[in-house]
Amino acid sequence: MSDIRRELSHLLHLEDLYKSYGDKLVLDNIDLSVSAGTLCSVVGPSGCGKSTLFRLVLGQEQADSGRLFVDGNPVAAPGQDRGIVYQRYSLYPHLSVLENAMLARTLPAGFLERQRRRAEFREEAMHYLERTGLAAHADKYPHELSGGMQQRVAIAQALIKRPKILMMDEPFGALDPETREHMQVLLLELWEAERMTIFFVTHDMEEAIYLGTRVVVLSQHYTDDRGSGATVRRGARVVGDYVLPSAVNSTKVKRSAEFVSLAEEIRRCGFDREVLRHVTEFNLRHPDSFQTLSPEEARAARGTA
Amino acid sequence: MPALAAPDRRSPTGGLFAPARHNVVLALLPFILIAAVYLFFSHQRLAENPQDKLLPSLGQMADAIDRIALKPDPQSGDYVLLVDTWASLKRIALGVGFAALAGLLAGLNMGLLPRVRSLFSPFITFVSMVPPLAILPILFISLGVDELSKVALIFLGVFPVIARDLMLTAGQIPREQIVKAITLGASQTAVIYRIVLPQILPRLIDNVRLSLGGAWLFLIAAEAIASTEGLGYRIFLVRRYLAMDTILPYVFWITALGFTADWLLRQLIIRRFRWYVATSS
Repeated sequence: MSDIRRELSHLLHLEDLYKSYGDKLVLDNIDLSVSAGTLCSVVGPSGCGKSTLFRLVLGQEQADSGRLFVDGNPVAAPGQDRGIVYQRYSLYPHLSVLENAMLARTLPAGFLERQRRRAEFREEAMHYLERTGLAAHADKYPHELSGGMQQRVAIAQALIKRPKILMMDEPFGALDPETREHMQVLLLELWEAERMTIFFVTHDMEEAIYLGTRVVVLSQHYTDDRGSGATVRRGARVVGDYVLPSAVNSTKVKRSAEFVSLAEEIRRCGFDREVLRHVTEFNLRHPDSFQTLSPEEARAARGTA
Repeated sequence: MPALAAPDRRSPTGGLFAPARHNVVLALLPFILIAAVYLFFSHQRLAENPQDKLLPSLGQMADAIDRIALKPDPQSGDYVLLVDTWASLKRIALGVGFAALAGLLAGLNMGLLPRVRSLFSPFITFVSMVPPLAILPILFISLGVDELSKVALIFLGVFPVIARDLMLTAGQIPREQIVKAITLGASQTAVIYRIVLPQILPRLIDNVRLSLGGAWLFLIAAEAIASTEGLGYRIFLVRRYLAMDTILPYVFWITALGFTADWLLRQLIIRRFRWYVATSS
C-alpha cells in the first residue's frame, strides 16, 4: 500500500517520526498506522518515550521530523478530534462532577447559548455519568471522589465529545489493583458499545494485552546496522506489533496459557535489555503494521532480501 | 510493650506532638499580658502626675471615644470617627479593588501567554521595586492632593505584588488541563477566562488579605501628609496635642478593621471555594 493511501485510510498515521530532547534521542523512526475501531495499547518499559509519543499525537509537542496524520489531516496542535484521559489532572477542581462532564458542551458555547440549552447539556452529561456509574455523585467536587471515581468522570467527560480517537495515558496507573480491573472492564464495555478508537498508553503489560485488540511494543532495547558505540544515538521504536482477539473477556483470561505466553514474548522483545532483536527481525504481525528503514539501519535486510 | 505508644510529652522532641488543648487560653495570654503591663505603668505614672498624657487610663480613653465616636462634633455636627472611617475605607477599597482587578488580569495573561509575559513581566518586576512611599511626592505633585493620589499610592504598592503572584499561580496550572480544555472545544479566551481564572480567584482573595497590611501603611502615610479627614489624618492631627487617649483607640480601631476584613475574606474563601481549601492544605 502506498504511503498516501495509508494516510487516508487509517485514522491515525505516523511515519518516520523522530523526537529528541537535547542530545537524547527519544523516538527513533516511529512508523505506526491505526485503523478506526481499534483499541490500540502502546506498552513499553518506563522511560521508553510512550508519553512523548502520546504528546506528539496530541499535538502538545512537535516532532523533530516525520509525518503525523489524524483522519487524513496533519497534526499541528491539540484539537477536538482527539479526546484525552490522563492519569492525573483530567478534572477541573473548581467544577462539580456534572459541570466537568458538561464541559464538552459548555466550553464551545457562548454565554447566551449556555443559558438557553442548560437543561439539554445537563441531561446529556447525566446520561454519560450514568453509563460510567457516577450519576449519584453529580453534585460532588473532584476532591471528594476516590481515584477510580475521578477517572470515571474523566472518561465520561471525554466521551461526550465523541472524539475520533480517545487518547489515554496511564489512566488507571494510580489506582489499586481491584479498582483497576473494574475500570478495565468498564472501558472495554464502553469501547464495544460506542465502537470507539482508543489509543491506550501503559507500562503494565497485562493491562495492555487484556484491553488491546492490538498491542504495540515501544522499546529502546533492539539493534540494527548503524553500528555500536557512543556515537550511535538510538531511541525507542516499535519493536513488536500484535493482533489480539477483540472481545470483552472476564479478567480471568489474564491467567490463561495463551495470555501468559504472549506476555512472555512481549517481555522478551521489549522489556529485556539482554535480548536485542535486529530491526529486520521485529515481530510486526498486525496487518496495519509497516516499517520504514533507513539504509544505515538495515544493510543486512537488503543484503538478504 | 504496647504496639502504639503515646508520644512522651517529657521527651526532648515531645513538643512536636503536643495535643492541641486550651487553645483559647493560650491565644488570649499575650493580649492579657500586654494589657496588664500597660495598665500597671499607666497607673504608676498617673499616680505620680495626674496630668500625664503619655499612658492614659481606660477611663480617659473611654472619655475620648465618647467625644469622637458617640457625640457629634460641636463645630461640624459630624461624628468624627464615622467620617474618618468612611473616608479611609473608601480610599483603601478603591485602591485595593483596582489593584486586585488589574493584578488579576495582568497576572492571568502573563502567566498563560508567553508573549504577554515577555512584554510586561520585566517591567512589572522593575516597578515593584520602586518604594511606593518614595514616589508619594510625585503623586501629590502630578495628581493633586485629593483622593486620586491616595488611591494611586495604594494601587502602586499593591498591584505589582498581586500581578506577580498570580502570574506564577496561573503558570502553575498543569499543562494537561489546558490541552484537555482545547480538546473539549475551548478557545484561547475560554481557556484563560473560564478554565484558569476561576481557579486562581481564591488565590487572588488570599493575595488581597496579605496586601491589606501594606495598603493600610500607604493609606495612613498619604493621609498623614495631605488630607482633611481619615483615620491616619486624625492620628497625626491629635499627635500635636500628645492626645494618646485618642491615638490609642484609633490604632485599636484600625487594627480591628483590618482584622475584620481579613476574617471576612477568609470566610468568603471557606464558603465559596471549598475545593480550594480542600486541595491546598
